Amino acid sequence: MGDTGIMIETQSKVHRIPAVRTRGLVKTFGNYTAVDGIDLEIQQGQIFGVLGPNGAGKTTMIKMLATLLKIDAGHAQIFGLDVDAEPHKIRQLIGVTGQYASVDEQLTGRENLRLIARLQGLGRRKSKAIAAELLKEFGLLQAADKPLSTFSGGMRRRLDLAASLITRPPLIFLDEPTTGLDPRTRNQMWDTIRNLVASGVTVLLTTQYLEEADQLADRIAVIDRGRIVAQGTPTELKDSIGGSSLQVTLADQTAEGAARQIISHNFGPEAIHTSGQGQLTVAMQQANDAATVLLALRDDNVDVASIKVQEPSLDDVFLAITGKAPAVDSATTKEVSA
Amino acid sequence: MTTTQDFPDTSKTIARSSIDSADTSKLQARPNVAEAWHQTMGFASRALKKMRRQPEQFADVAIQPILFTMMFGYIFGGAISGDVADYLPIMVPGILAMTCLTASMATGVQLREDMDTGVFDRFKTLPVARIAPLAGPMIADLLRYGIAAILTFVSGLVMGYRPEGGAGGVMAAVLLVVITGWSLSWAFAYVGTVARSAQGVQGISMMVLFPLTFLSNAFVPVETLPNWLQWFVNINPISHVVSGVRDLANAGTFSGEVGWALLGCAVVIGIFAPLTVKSYQRSQ
Repeated sequence: MGDTGIMIETQSKVHRIPAVRTRGLVKTFGNYTAVDGIDLEIQQGQIFGVLGPNGAGKTTMIKMLATLLKIDAGHAQIFGLDVDAEPHKIRQLIGVTGQYASVDEQLTGRENLRLIARLQGLGRRKSKAIAAELLKEFGLLQAADKPLSTFSGGMRRRLDLAASLITRPPLIFLDEPTTGLDPRTRNQMWDTIRNLVASGVTVLLTTQYLEEADQLADRIAVIDRGRIVAQGTPTELKDSIGGSSLQVTLADQTAEGAARQIISHNFGPEAIHTSGQGQLTVAMQQANDAATVLLALRDDNVDVASIKVQEPSLDDVFLAITGKAPAVDSATTKEVSA
Repeated sequence: MTTTQDFPDTSKTIARSSIDSADTSKLQARPNVAEAWHQTMGFASRALKKMRRQPEQFADVAIQPILFTMMFGYIFGGAISGDVADYLPIMVPGILAMTCLTASMATGVQLREDMDTGVFDRFKTLPVARIAPLAGPMIADLLRYGIAAILTFVSGLVMGYRPEGGAGGVMAAVLLVVITGWSLSWAFAYVGTVARSAQGVQGISMMVLFPLTFLSNAFVPVETLPNWLQWFVNINPISHVVSGVRDLANAGTFSGEVGWALLGCAVVIGIFAPLTVKSYQRSQ
């Protein structure tokens, strides 16, 4: 049982057990493989983002790590402890917030927190104090004794999160913490999560929103159909699909085919993405490439209506890797077009 | 690196940053009995709070005993025992068994409803004994069985029932009924964890409940039944409970029937408590 030592790479200044480490994690439901061999390594103190569309296997993965689902193959360790072999120990180290692990509808916010505190062995007085402290910290003091049915979506999520923090576990799973929240509430939630990490907690966050991963995560794994298809820091991921891109809008829509051919000479057809409406996006290796494109077009008398240089966004990464557009969401579209 | 934080009286809480194997080796592998009990009581108090908030939950244990005692007494009394007063000592124990069965069925239905809400998944992620979220509501339900048993006796008394076992006998009979209800609730809780919906639980439970109640000695003398049916009635555990209650309430004796009834309860718990916990763990 004391076999908890795992060798870790020595690059980090301190020798620390990874907060989460999985090898070949698999979960199948009948014929359907929801999680298909996931290897993860999350260092302590990180916010690790798992990014993927609906049905990619994010929630299934979290449920396995949180001892809610049995691991079918592979293994997972949390702070060096085997999840499958020592679930009770794991449960002392984690907090889980997700739409499935919520709070009791029929109790008030305060009652919920006190119940969960008492269940985890805190005395009556301590439970009361912690509930009050968390309600205050999460701005829920005024609504503390009202029925949950009066809570807004954002308040609910904050209460869910507060309920996971009662014993201040060192590892928090946040499964789509802002799905369905309006942008303003989402920003508040992000601040809350950032504060959390400032206090040293490790966070495993799943999200469908690229902006969310970009904003919060130190490292991101892109997951699609149960597999990790890319992994790295947000910057690394953006760099991996090359530099910035040039967006050209043609004066004459019908010239699109011609323009495409012209640019293909210099850049190869795979670097060009056409919209079908007179708009071309050309992936560039360097800024000088922009001039090459424009000069080539002018030499062949293709008129350009407007141009825009676009830094790569995680959206592009997502598209490049999975071949699918990411989840459509108003909050993800505004900031990335700078 | 092991800066154990000064946090509420639990050694479970360890420093939030930089955890090493020295920290994790301090964690408990499983909850001890005292903790499991404490957690069970936590869940029981949650269930009681919810009951207070939804008084309609008491409808079955508040109305059914009164209604059934009156109905069965006045309808069957003359036909079976010549008059109502003579029938009561036979029937009241029967109604008691029936009400505690229905009340324990509600335990299974409510458990299923509860499990369908997200909060049960949170409970599963807490370092809490696996039996506690199940045992807690069942302990709270003791209150319901108690109410049902007492109201049945009171209705009987109002109709002229004079149990000869005296106050002590009646109290022992109530206790036996409450114990029976509690043990059976494990069986219904098991149904609750395997069925797909609350309605499913209700349907399955009804199928178990009706034969058990009516194919027993609860309402009619066994001698009036065909032989093949007598065979079943005599092995039906509910018959033993009913006989046990009769012996306690009507004669004040702790008879062999009481012993058989208690043994039956123990067997039901022995089989269904582990099954229920296992199935609860597997359910999503």
